[in-house]
Amino acid sequence: MSTAHAAASPDSDAVQELESQFDATIARDQRIEPRDWMPEGYRKTLVRQIAQHAHSEIIGMQPEGEWITRAPSLRRKSILFAKVQDEAGHGLYLYSAAETLGIDRAELTQRLLEGRQKYSSIFNYPTPSFADVGVIGWFVDGAAICNQVPLCRSSYGPYARAMVRICKEESFHQRQGYELLLTMMRGTREQREMVQDAVDRWWWASLMMFGPPDDDSPNSAQSMAWKIKRHSNDELRQRFVDMTVPQAAKLGVTLPDPELRWNEERGHHDYGTPDYSELKRVISGDGPCNAERMERRRAAHEEGAWVREAASAHAAKQAARARAEAAA
Amino acid sequence: MSDTQNEKREWPLYEVFVRGKRGLNHVHVGSLHAADDQMALTHARDLYTRRNEGVSIWVVRSEHIAASTRDEKDPFFAPSADKVYRHPTFYDIPDDVPHI
Repeated sequence: MSTAHAAASPDSDAVQELESQFDATIARDQRIEPRDWMPEGYRKTLVRQIAQHAHSEIIGMQPEGEWITRAPSLRRKSILFAKVQDEAGHGLYLYSAAETLGIDRAELTQRLLEGRQKYSSIFNYPTPSFADVGVIGWFVDGAAICNQVPLCRSSYGPYARAMVRICKEESFHQRQGYELLLTMMRGTREQREMVQDAVDRWWWASLMMFGPPDDDSPNSAQSMAWKIKRHSNDELRQRFVDMTVPQAAKLGVTLPDPELRWNEERGHHDYGTPDYSELKRVISGDGPCNAERMERRRAAHEEGAWVREAASAHAAKQAARARAEAAA
Repeated sequence: MSDTQNEKREWPLYEVFVRGKRGLNHVHVGSLHAADDQMALTHARDLYTRRNEGVSIWVVRSEHIAASTRDEKDPFFAPSADKVYRHPTFYDIPDDVPHI
């Protein structure tokens, strides 16, 4: 029998053997782990997806972070702090997962800063009112939950495990957002209008978070075959719409889609088509806040350089002192 | 290596292990970068135990972990595969013998 170690067997045999082992592991619905052999395409797809996901969490701190200093009460400020801190944490869980694929975290940061890797289009929209904080929690984190719950069963072990941690925390994010909106809806007419305005601005952008429609999503089929993804973009988008409609009714806001209605036959809501040309535009860099977000991220990285260097210098000094004491 | 080179290098990678509560083993939860052990511990606390997930944390430089090879068919695990007599179910005991 030929194995990877059998020096006598030609390389192609060895690779075929490894490939069939990999395929069998996927077919048995078992997880691929960091030191397993994997096809180069699988590794590349995962690096791209996990890095993009990590970058989204990190950039995602910005739109809401802007409201930390202006939150209307200490309660809301504490909640928002905790939430934005969670986003940082989610980014780090994901960078940690990406690193198990043999890519360096500094390299991923570099790729983001140079625009060679992307982040979710949703974070390129502005947050002009405090109601946006609530709507982001309700829509954006709600959509993230739809996307991420199936990823807890993704075929790559470290990614799936990171998603389990993240999903537990996203539930807090969604609920705090919805509760914030409920509170505003019990307030003045002006506050209710702020909520409706935020809903109008975020609805379509949130639907686009699920990516292009299935017939225009070239990487989806392979990702599903590898069980990195478990559901198609349109399936998840439908799930989000069905989940959100009754929540909107309870809140007393209108979702800005005249085509939105229950379809008895399908057992789902019908809804209008998002403007996917806008999605393409925003992804390619031409959204309302792309330049601002990248500029902020770059500045944070550069302005933090002295802290990283000082910590390294301190660690080197402590280590040298410990060595000297041990030698004495 | 000079200090200057050291400063330019990225912080080393640490693996993090958390004891969820008393009576449980430490379990691997992920990794992080830190300049030294102390910073690795505080970062691990901030990153992996924001909601009372742990009562104790271990951190270890990733490069200090020795691991078995990746191939499942490696003979490394072979010694345990063919010794069925190590399992209690290998032994036939009459049903009417109590407590065994």
